[in-house]
Amino acid sequence: MSTTDAVWSEQDTSPGAIEGALRRLVAECHAAADQCVPARTLNLVCVVDREWSGEVANRLRRVGRYHASRTVVCAVQPRRTTIDAQATITVEGDIRAGEFAAMRELVIVQVGERHLAHLDTIVDPLVVTDLRTAVWAPHGHPEAVDALTTGRAGGAPIAQVVLTDAVDEPEAETALARACELAARSEVVDLAWLRCTPWRERLAAAYDPAARRPELHTLSKVSVRYRSDSLVSGLLLVGWLCAQLGWRPDQLTRHGNLLRGRARARRGEVELRLEPVDSMSTPGLAGVETRSDRGTMLALERGEGGLTARRREPPKRRGEDAFEHVWTVLGASRGEPGILGEGIRHALMLDPTFKPALMAARRLLG
Amino acid sequence: MTTTTATGQTTGPQDNPLVEGLERLPVHPTALVIFGATGDLARRKLLPALYNLAHEGALPERFGLVGNARSPMTDEEFREMAIESVREFSRRPADEKVLAKLFADVRYVAGSFDDDEVYAGLTTALDELDETAGLALNRCFYLSTAPMFFPVIVDALGRNDLADRADAEVRVIIEKPFGRSLEEARELNERVLSVFDEEQVFRIDHYLGKETVQNVLALRFANNMFEPLWNRNYIDHVQITASEDIGIGSRAGYYDSAGALRDLVQNHMLQLLSLLCMEPPVAFEAQAVRDEKVKVLRAIRAPLPEEIAELAVRGQYAAGTVAGDEVPGYLDEEGVPDDSNTETYAALRLEVHNWRWAGVPMYLRTGKRMARKVTEIAVTLKPVPHVAFQSDMSTGVRPNVLVLTMQPNEGVSLSIGAKIPGSRMAIRTVNMEFLYGTAFLSQSPEAYERLIIDAMRGDATLFTRNDEVEAQWRICDPIVKAWEATPGPLPQYPAGSQGPEEAMGLQVGESPWRMI
Repeated sequence: MSTTDAVWSEQDTSPGAIEGALRRLVAECHAAADQCVPARTLNLVCVVDREWSGEVANRLRRVGRYHASRTVVCAVQPRRTTIDAQATITVEGDIRAGEFAAMRELVIVQVGERHLAHLDTIVDPLVVTDLRTAVWAPHGHPEAVDALTTGRAGGAPIAQVVLTDAVDEPEAETALARACELAARSEVVDLAWLRCTPWRERLAAAYDPAARRPELHTLSKVSVRYRSDSLVSGLLLVGWLCAQLGWRPDQLTRHGNLLRGRARARRGEVELRLEPVDSMSTPGLAGVETRSDRGTMLALERGEGGLTARRREPPKRRGEDAFEHVWTVLGASRGEPGILGEGIRHALMLDPTFKPALMAARRLLG
Repeated sequence: MTTTTATGQTTGPQDNPLVEGLERLPVHPTALVIFGATGDLARRKLLPALYNLAHEGALPERFGLVGNARSPMTDEEFREMAIESVREFSRRPADEKVLAKLFADVRYVAGSFDDDEVYAGLTTALDELDETAGLALNRCFYLSTAPMFFPVIVDALGRNDLADRADAEVRVIIEKPFGRSLEEARELNERVLSVFDEEQVFRIDHYLGKETVQNVLALRFANNMFEPLWNRNYIDHVQITASEDIGIGSRAGYYDSAGALRDLVQNHMLQLLSLLCMEPPVAFEAQAVRDEKVKVLRAIRAPLPEEIAELAVRGQYAAGTVAGDEVPGYLDEEGVPDDSNTETYAALRLEVHNWRWAGVPMYLRTGKRMARKVTEIAVTLKPVPHVAFQSDMSTGVRPNVLVLTMQPNEGVSLSIGAKIPGSRMAIRTVNMEFLYGTAFLSQSPEAYERLIIDAMRGDATLFTRNDEVEAQWRICDPIVKAWEATPGPLPQYPAGSQGPEEAMGLQVGESPWRMI
């Protein structure tokens, strides 16, 4: 696969000059090869510390096919007062006769901390109008996120979506509080939530056969194991079960490194248990187990080629053994680069279950 | 007992509130039996499709695969063949862990399709899969064989009590072609429906699994701007093209007995026409969508024998040049009889006789070894009633053309008149383009991935119903018969060209074929 680039850069520049340069670059690339047309899917605004911008660039390069069509990286230097910028247009792959090639735009803007509270005035001309815009600030910079997600003078905000990863926040309480605050005015795509998706799909599938659906209403215990930095993923999964199954969760209590508590369901109480594990190489969940008051048990664990599922049913007749099945639920691991790509893809989608799960997760921490 | 979820959904004990908001909905645990499991289609399309579904976590939670073909083979040998097929033909590189797990417990039952021993073997294998899963798996029988075996397999499934079960669903997926004539299609429908209910039958037309074909419905029914124009008052004519630059390759055996009309027009192209012309369905669900498509097909009058020369043109490619290379003519292709009368090009002029479309010519053409590969629907609007602009210094005001391209550049393009920059009010046509590849992040799944999972789920929206197949054949059958009864030689067109000159005679008014 070959790559074609067109580059423009300027020091002490202005947003208007950058926008003009982008327009010229697009026109020049199209004129040079008329199969080259600009991709128009998503604006992604990344606010990063300049000294760590290389690491973020690497993460963005590894998202697979889920690149935003225009990425605006705002690299923050503490004492910078002027704006420097570089714009690059990339066409990946060979340009073949009769087929189009999509152009992607990358703008790197060097800004100072003083610019962050008004970052919207810099970014506004740089994003493609009428296209959804997501903001991702992996190094914090909440004032920049606020500037981009709060409309100026009652107008619409520049970014409609905030891409976040609760794993980056040391305290789960702070992460959930911030996510709730953002969710009140924007759509939030939390990578910690997306790490739960395969587990949500598998729990939903396990209880989908008609004969098993009533079992959902008899669940009496839910245990979740998570990597020690991924408590929020565990809380969101439990919060999702609470929200979808109509359970009212109480605040969890800490017992050593265990979190335990209860949720009130219509039929009775459901015991909740969250436990960290140290053996995982990537963030996310290690396992989920549900038990019902009918004596059934379903356990999902990370395994090779997918999740390892184990289901135990009580003996149907006295004297018989309990019935246990173990199988693999197929699915490839997306890995951490993959999860960021999923986050970018989900910035174009709506998940009505995230916000209720988030609210329930927050209640679990009181 | 009902529960209200946090998003306001009310659910009862028979509902599964956990599916809300999920991108991939669960599919009931299923065992898939592929008849013809060692064949080309299975190796190139079906097995890679199953892998890609597994990769994405889209297969049912419990999934079993059983292969059948005449070649003697052990389970292990079939597993190796399946793994190799995925490695060779999958649209994405295989994750070896997923690949190994997917085919770990695969079964293979060797034997001919009419042998009851085979079905006894299948029953044993399927029962074992149920036993392992601890529940009754739905069963899906995929007929990926030569068409002459479809009735044989269906009869045998019925005879061996495999066509239904009390505690799970049984479905049968039937590949194309569904018959070679109206009579054969009717007979096959009768045979199939004597064993299965229509709700159990999934007749594949893989075009319907293509995202861009489904987008015809999205374009028409999710955008208010088109509906007011979508009728005889504004549309001048429609051209549907499915051209290929390649020849018949190694498919002489199949192709020479089918021809362009059966291969593409009777199924894919008439599907495109019905999607383009159908009325809005009440809901995007199987019966409603197919009801509307059938109405369109029924509104197309089958040509009378004496009209066929005027309404249909066939041709055969002669030697020519494609992409700078000399290529042989059809009659010189390996495996093609010297006196073959099989058409490699077919063009038709049809009309949908209903209130919306009466009088609008619908042109369909397909051919092999044409100038390039393209599948598109071009809807040409009527010209503006009065042109006030000067016509010199410009190409003038042309009718708007809306082009829906299925391949290779999937998208939609609308030609509009625009002023040429300068001091004079001169007009030329420019295009507004929407390209799928520039507007979506997700990669389109292969048509077979979508169709296999839909069939497992029991959603027949993208499959052809019995009356739909017969309605398609009713239109094509008189042409097939007339052409078979007319000796050759057929009109020739040079490979790499736009098709035979005779096709120009189909046009009425000022509506020449679009350049391919």
